[in-house]
Amino acid sequence: MAQATSPPETRPEDEAQAPRYSSDAAGLGKARAGAFAAPALLLIAVFLVFPALWVLYLGLTNYRLTGTAAAEPQFVGLDNLLDAVSNPTFWSSTWLTVQFVLGSAVIGQVGLGFAIAWLLRDRRGPLKRVVEGLVILAWILPSAIVSFLWVALLDRDGGTLNALLGLPGFAWLLDHPMLSIIVFNTWRGTAFSMMLYGAALGNVPPSHLESARLAGASGWQQLRDVVFPHIRGHILTNLLLISLWTFNDFSPFLLTAGGPDGKSEVLAVHVYKVALQSGELGYGAAVSTIILLINLVVAVFYLRLLRSKK
Amino acid sequence: MALRKRSVGVVAVIAAAGLGLAACGQSSSGGGGDAIELTIAQNAIQGGKNEAAAKFIADWVIPKFQEAQKAKGKDVTVKFVPSGVDDEQYKTKLSLDLKSGKGADVIDIDSIWAGEFAEAGYIKPLTEVAGAEADSWDGWSQIPEAVQGMTEFNGKKYALPVGTDGRVLYFNKTLFAKAGLPADWQPKSWQEVLDAGTKLKSSGVPVPIQINAGTAMGEATSMQGVLPLLAGAGGEVQQDGKWSGASQPLKDALGLYQKIYGGGLGDPKLQQEAKGRDKSFQQFADGKIGILMEGDYFWRGVVNPKTGVAKMADRDQVVGYAMIPAMEPGKGIRGQDFVSMSGGALRTVNPNTKHPKEAFELLTFMLSPEALKEETKDGNVRITPRSDVNKEILAGEPLLTFISEKVLPLTAYRPPVAAYPQVSVALQEATAAVVGGTAPDQVAADYQKKLEGIVGGAGNIAS
Repeated sequence: MAQATSPPETRPEDEAQAPRYSSDAAGLGKARAGAFAAPALLLIAVFLVFPALWVLYLGLTNYRLTGTAAAEPQFVGLDNLLDAVSNPTFWSSTWLTVQFVLGSAVIGQVGLGFAIAWLLRDRRGPLKRVVEGLVILAWILPSAIVSFLWVALLDRDGGTLNALLGLPGFAWLLDHPMLSIIVFNTWRGTAFSMMLYGAALGNVPPSHLESARLAGASGWQQLRDVVFPHIRGHILTNLLLISLWTFNDFSPFLLTAGGPDGKSEVLAVHVYKVALQSGELGYGAAVSTIILLINLVVAVFYLRLLRSKK
Repeated sequence: MALRKRSVGVVAVIAAAGLGLAACGQSSSGGGGDAIELTIAQNAIQGGKNEAAAKFIADWVIPKFQEAQKAKGKDVTVKFVPSGVDDEQYKTKLSLDLKSGKGADVIDIDSIWAGEFAEAGYIKPLTEVAGAEADSWDGWSQIPEAVQGMTEFNGKKYALPVGTDGRVLYFNKTLFAKAGLPADWQPKSWQEVLDAGTKLKSSGVPVPIQINAGTAMGEATSMQGVLPLLAGAGGEVQQDGKWSGASQPLKDALGLYQKIYGGGLGDPKLQQEAKGRDKSFQQFADGKIGILMEGDYFWRGVVNPKTGVAKMADRDQVVGYAMIPAMEPGKGIRGQDFVSMSGGALRTVNPNTKHPKEAFELLTFMLSPEALKEETKDGNVRITPRSDVNKEILAGEPLLTFISEKVLPLTAYRPPVAAYPQVSVALQEATAAVVGGTAPDQVAADYQKKLEGIVGGAGNIAS
């Protein structure tokens, strides 16, 4: 199957044409090209690079939202970082975030998104449109509205789910807060994976699948040996994006507010609580720095996997 | 040329975006020339929280104040900036506004935030912002000493008081009658509260007692929960400059929580829910809660038949109230038989305002006898800061007369220091742990450990 696994070959002509597209395709020259890129770079510097550096700096101070330390913050060095890594709440939040990412993004959204895309790959007509429409609707509705609906669905006393199941008084958001937000986020974010895999599956050459079927490959074998190798890049890109999005997702707050007693306090919620609710901006910035590092590690991990394909 | 044109377009878009951003940054009180624009921010909104206050500002304060200013030859426009959220979220929003040098010109804050806002420089002494008029305001002579005290930090007045309040035990007389309890119930000890709870429970009341606990309810857990209980056990959160750690009164207060929530007399889950307090209001209004500890806000703003968030048409007949008893007679702070806690809102001038004189005039205008009487008519009576007004308006209001005559003389205030809000959160966490099943002694020891971290070492804690 080695041939089937490789992507469309690079044709030798490409190298011959290379010089035409080498360095200055638009014929602008360095100065003008720089002038064109400058506004974008400036915006990135002002709204992305500077705030990131500012967070690094704030993490080294005892800056607070109110009180004396708001007026005159003191430099405290690495104290905030050391406090964070010795704080059990931080570690439990990290562990909850890992559960949240694995459960709702990697297993939930990727699994469900791929399953829907695979099942609907050859279908046309109303069923496909209805299913896709519903999944995408869950994705494009504003978080505030969607979470209000879910609170109404899962409420202990008057919730729709309890009414349907005949379980009055079952406290989903209190007794199973993590399960609730994982299912919620799976429902909410599946559309992206579904669309991405839908497009990717369209690129798998039907002839390859045909020959696999003629050779007697089962459904799973076709998936494993024909489809996955073709869409490997898509899978990794998708995993990278949704892992990072889910890692930094704040919408669980709208459902459980991190509760009860911190049992669904993922890192994004943890930072909001310490930095804005308790007003410890310095400590919150230090935790944000750690989150940034974790994000970088995750990104590098996926990018290396992606590159190792060549 | 096509390329050129497009690049011009891009630059124009970026420039427009930049202008848009700059416009967002403009202070709301801008406006050149003679036209003055003032904004008022409160945690009140039409159709939601504190609706009566929001209506009063829109329908009376704004037109009347503009009229009065016009008579003086000034063109003043006043705008209301509503909010309808939990107090903690309102506080976050205000601090962020003030930190960035923005915010409404006139802002309402909880008296307990005054210390930390003042330390941060977010609010300034009134004389610094508005000038000498702040001290010579004729209203001060009508405001009792204790209420004036709420506006002070380090001996300086930072705001005008908007009012004060007191806490009582509310009970549902219909449920009490079914359980064979008297309609003029007044417990004299914690045990009598628990006994009433047991009777309510056996008569089928789903939630006999609701005393706020946990972190989800925020400051409501402190003011309508652990602090009155602490006072009832003879303790204070801070005494003579030293904080109380794992003291016996704290253990007693936590012990009562354990008896209520461990003994099936309360609903532990309600204390954990994100909207637990709102739900407790609704459940009381629906006749599912027997006894509820709340402030007079509950009477005015929650079960108010006209403007409440959980209206009770038959409030005056069904809702009874009683003073909060000490653990046992004479065991409360200062040897009292009954206890309460009081706080209150403040209204101040944002130091970032461009029109401090007019903003202060608006402040005093809203606290004039005329305005207070207008605000409190039609069933919206509250305890105003002015004794002259209270004398007139409280006469027809049984609960508020009860609070101002019986409860306020024995009430207590929170320590007006910047560290208090953090200590309060630690207390809320302690109640959450007890409701979750941890033993009170263990929880008290954990609280002391946390307290040491907040107030700067064991030296600041009374042993």
